[in-house]
Amino acid sequence: MALGPFLLLSAVALVLATAGAILLGEIAVTPRDVTRTLANRILGLDLEVDPIREGIIWHYRLSRAAVAICVGAALAVCGTVLQALLRNPLAEPYLLGISAGASTGAVTVIVLALGAGALSVSAGAFVGATVAILFVAILVRETGGGTERIILAGIAGSQLFNAVTSFIVTSSANAEQTQGILFWLLGSLGSIRWPDAWLSFPIMVIGLAICLYRSRALDAFAFGEDAAASLGVDVARVRLELFAVTAFLTATVVSMVGAVGFVGLVIPHATRFLVGPAHGRLILASALAGGVFMVAADVLSRIVLPGQVLPIGVITALFGAPAFAAILWQSRRGR
Amino acid sequence: MTLRAEDVSWAAGGAPIVRGVTMRLPEQGVLGLVGPNGSGKSSLLRLLAGLRRGTGGAIYLEDRPIESLRRKEIARRLAHVEQQSDIDISLTAREVVALGRLPLRGAWNGWSTRDEDAVASALQRTDMIDRAAQPWSTLSGGERQRILIARALAQEPQELLLDEPTNHLDIRHQLDLMRLLGNLGTRIVVALHDLNQAAAFCDEIAVMHHGQLVKQGAPEDVLDEELIRKVFAVEATISHVGCGLRVAFF
Repeated sequence: MALGPFLLLSAVALVLATAGAILLGEIAVTPRDVTRTLANRILGLDLEVDPIREGIIWHYRLSRAAVAICVGAALAVCGTVLQALLRNPLAEPYLLGISAGASTGAVTVIVLALGAGALSVSAGAFVGATVAILFVAILVRETGGGTERIILAGIAGSQLFNAVTSFIVTSSANAEQTQGILFWLLGSLGSIRWPDAWLSFPIMVIGLAICLYRSRALDAFAFGEDAAASLGVDVARVRLELFAVTAFLTATVVSMVGAVGFVGLVIPHATRFLVGPAHGRLILASALAGGVFMVAADVLSRIVLPGQVLPIGVITALFGAPAFAAILWQSRRGR
Repeated sequence: MTLRAEDVSWAAGGAPIVRGVTMRLPEQGVLGLVGPNGSGKSSLLRLLAGLRRGTGGAIYLEDRPIESLRRKEIARRLAHVEQQSDIDISLTAREVVALGRLPLRGAWNGWSTRDEDAVASALQRTDMIDRAAQPWSTLSGGERQRILIARALAQEPQELLLDEPTNHLDIRHQLDLMRLLGNLGTRIVVALHDLNQAAAFCDEIAVMHHGQLVKQGAPEDVLDEELIRKVFAVEATISHVGCGLRVAFF
């Protein structure tokens, strides 16, 4: 499929998914409520609408959808970049333990009360994500690389960081905070408000721009690092830069919505299938598709069980784990 | 002199692999790099391509140390084809060749007619234009090798370094490939195993042994029975056939 039609279709899907995210939920709102709320808030009009419904639409559902789009886009771009850099079809922030590392970093900052506010939590998450990337990279380098080793290193990292997170939360937090373990292990969009959207949007755009700028260098990685270097890529610099961007995006995502898995796995593969392997197109298409997927997953997480909200990571894993198995199956047959 | 090694050494894990090699490329034509397994041919090629940083000495490109140049500058001058290359993602032969245009394009520049022409010409010269639309995974070993050479040609290099490109090819494809290299009109350094091929197709031969450059010059001046015995540990006789050499082993 050409890039143009794909982007158009994704944009339509994004609008539809966002509309669903605003309209569907425990408290019913009508399209009329939505248009009036948007007109009031954006155009500064004063149309009549139930204030509770206006609050739900504007403060809860719209901000939540906006963050879901940014988070989905960021995770999908991270997956695309990691798959290219590590030349591994199964690489993505969650499976490599980067999300788990970010969770541990964020939880450490919260529980030990190191500094205050969202910024220090994000910084903690970034440190955790960086440690996790280094853990995987060093383990893989020292054991000789290969698809299986990267995944094994990721499993080791995830288990370790998740154990540390659970230990910190269980030992130092009160019962209410302990509930938060689920948030850090499976993710939730429940606490999202507009400030999160204002923070995540620019970060996602900057991260996306850097990855797009490096998209041709990523193409050159197809045959490995030496081949990339012979094609004029400053391998050490590009790798460092993109690992840093990946760690930063993952850290931002995790500090807002916890560790959501498999988005970075499913989306790049699906879009690669549709728009081809060239990274300029692939990164752009993955960002859009990731946004759509995340909003749709959020809608599902709210309507599957009446009266309950599933952690969003449960929904993404329900789609992602079978996709993981399918990719594994395909790579075995390719041998 | 365009590309030269000046007393260059390289060690991996404490073991010396390349030891004090001083080497110049001929002004034109093909330089064959021969030597037994583990003699340091591949490592020397990587050093010449600037892909490894020597532990001693230096590589000079146009009299500038290669590590002082940006990767992109090097890639616009010089192309390196590895011994074994594979990909996990599905690219067509043409897309692989198009990768060769990367060093010549900016981050945001579109695909120009010049890029198009360079790719078409590279596919033509390697006789792979008919296979252009075929996925990489469906190409044979020989076709892949040709496509990788086409990728290098798309870089429009002045120096082309190839690491045992005839490996895994049947004899016809080996000969086709060597003829192709001879006709490219680019300065070429090629690591080879077959001494007869080296003698037949190379303008000069450089012999590597235990990481050192033992001898370099025209095939008839370099290859003799004593050198073959010393370096390759086999007995051989050399006869002159027509205007070339023939090495027979026993």
